[in-house]
Amino acid sequence: MDALLTYDSVEISFGGTAVVRDVSFSLHPGEIVGLVGESGSGKSSLIRAAMGLLGNNGLVTRGDIWFEGKSLPDLSEKEMRHIRGQKIGMIFQDCGASLCPIRTVGEQIAESMAAHGTADAAGAKAAALALFSRLRFRDVERIWNSYPFELSGGMNQRVGIAISVLMNPSVLLADEPTSALDTVVQREVLEELLELRELFGTAMILVSHDIGVISAMADTVLVLRQGHVVEGGGTRAVLDSPQNDYTRALLAAVPRLRRV
Amino acid sequence: MKNYVVRRLLQLIPILLAITFLSFGMMRLAGSDTVQQKMENTGSSAPQEVIDAARAELGLDKPFLTQYFAWLGNLLRGDMGRSYVSGREVFPYFVSKLPATLLLTAASILLTVVISIPLGVLAAVKQNSAADYLIRVCSFVGNSMPNFFVALLLMYLFAIRLDWFPVIANGTGLQSVVLPAVTLAIAMSAKYLRQVRAAILDELSKDYVTGARARGVKFSVTMWRSVFKASLVTILTLLTLSTGSLLGGTAIVESIFMWDGVGKMAVDAIHMRDYPVIQAYVMWMAIIYVLVNLVTDLSYRVLDPRIRLGGMEP
Repeated sequence: MDALLTYDSVEISFGGTAVVRDVSFSLHPGEIVGLVGESGSGKSSLIRAAMGLLGNNGLVTRGDIWFEGKSLPDLSEKEMRHIRGQKIGMIFQDCGASLCPIRTVGEQIAESMAAHGTADAAGAKAAALALFSRLRFRDVERIWNSYPFELSGGMNQRVGIAISVLMNPSVLLADEPTSALDTVVQREVLEELLELRELFGTAMILVSHDIGVISAMADTVLVLRQGHVVEGGGTRAVLDSPQNDYTRALLAAVPRLRRV
Repeated sequence: MKNYVVRRLLQLIPILLAITFLSFGMMRLAGSDTVQQKMENTGSSAPQEVIDAARAELGLDKPFLTQYFAWLGNLLRGDMGRSYVSGREVFPYFVSKLPATLLLTAASILLTVVISIPLGVLAAVKQNSAADYLIRVCSFVGNSMPNFFVALLLMYLFAIRLDWFPVIANGTGLQSVVLPAVTLAIAMSAKYLRQVRAAILDELSKDYVTGARARGVKFSVTMWRSVFKASLVTILTLLTLSTGSLLGGTAIVESIFMWDGVGKMAVDAIHMRDYPVIQAYVMWMAIIYVLVNLVTDLSYRVLDPRIRLGGMEP
C-alpha cells in the first residue's frame, strides 16, 4: 500500500543548530508508528514539523515530509491551515491546555469544525455528541457545555482525542498523549486510540519516552537518539532482540514490576 | 452572590469611619486653619478677639474629638455642614461639581480604550516589527511626559496656535472637555499600551493558541474569540482602577484647564482648610474605590468561568 506520510532525509534545526538529522520513514494507512527516545532526542520536533508547528526559530532545513503529493514544509500557512485538524490531527500531552480555558469545550469544537467548513454549530454538536457516546463518555451533553478546567485530566485527554478524530483526519500525530496520566487512565486512553484505529482506520505517529507504551501500541518503532534514528523496524523484532546498545539501555531502564 | 455584594458594601462603614477620622486628624495637624488662611489671603490683620470669635463660630476652638463627633453626628442626621469659605451647604455644592468630573472621566476613558487597545493588540501580534517599535517608542514618550507638560503643549498647539478649542474651559461643554480629556488619555494610553501588549503576548504564548492552530482554526478567530477575551480580565482591572482615580478628580489637569470638577474643588478646599468640603471629598473617594473594586471583582465573574464556576471568591 502507498504511504500516507513519508519523511525523506529530514533535518530540523532550531536557531541554526540541527536537532534532527537525516530521518526517513513512512506511515501507511492504519499503521501506528512509534517514535521513542529520551527527552531532547528530537521525536516531538519530528511530528511538529509535519504540522508546521515548530515555532518561530524552528525550521525543516533539509529533506521533505510528503503528504498527498506535497512536501509539507513548502506549503504556505494558508495551505497548512486546511491540512491541520482536517487531514492531519494532533493530540497533545495536555489536551486540556490545548483548549482555551475561558470557553466551553463545545464552543471550541464547533469553531474547529467551522474552520474547515465541516459542519455548522448544530452539525458539530450532533457529530461530537455521537462520537462521545460511541466512545462511551458519560454525560455527553455536560461535557459539551463544560469548560476544560471542569473536566479531569484523563477526561480532558479523552475529549482532546475525540476532537482530533472528529474531522476524520487520515493521520493522527500524538505527542506523549499519556505521559501526564496515571496508569489506569493511561490504559483507558491507549485503548481508546486503538479503538479509533479500528473504527476509522486512522494511521498514527505516537511519540513517547515510555517504551512500554510504544511496545503496546506501535506496529513499527523508530528509536531516536540525539536526532538520529539508531534503530528501526517492526516493534516486536526491535524490542525483542535489540541490536543497538542505546535501545538495550532504554529497555533496561524500564522498571519491571512483578506480580507477587 | 447577593450576600457577597451586601458584605462588601457593609465593609464601607468601618472604612468611612476610619478614613474620615484620619483626614480630620491630618487636617488639624496641618498647622493652620481656615480663619488664618482667610486672613493670609486678604492680607489683613485682625485683633486676636475677632480671630477667636471667628474660630468659636465655626467650632474650631473645641477639642479635636468633640469636633469630629459633632461632624459625625450631623452627618448621621444627613447634614454635611456648610463650606467655611462660601457658606454654601456642602452636599449640593459637591453634587454640582460631579457632572464635570463624570464627563471628563467618561471622555478620557473612552479615548484611552480607543487608542490603547487596538494599538496594544497590534504591537503584540506584530511583535518586534517596525510597527511594534514605533508604538513602543510612542508609549515611552507618552509615559515620560508629565500631565501638566502635555496639557501646556496641547493648549499651545490647539488653543493658541490653531484656536480650535478654548484655552480654559468655558463651562463644561463638549468643546471644553476635549483638551483635558486628551491630556489624560495620552498618559493613560501610553501606560495601557504596554499593559495590553504584555497581556496579549502572555496569552499568545499559551498552549491553547498552538492547540487551536493545530485544529486548523484561523489566527484571527483565535485572537479575538480566545486571546482577547482572556486578556480582557487584565485590561478591565486596569481600566476600572483608572476610572476610580479619575472619578476622584484630577487635581492638576482640572486646575490647569479650570475644569470645574471635584478635583479642583478638593485642591481649593485644602488650600483654604475648608474641612467640611474636604471631608465630603474624602468620603466620595472611599465610596468610589470600594465600588470600583466591587465592580472589578464582579466583572471577573462574568469574564472568567474559573472564578464564576470554581466557586472562588475573587
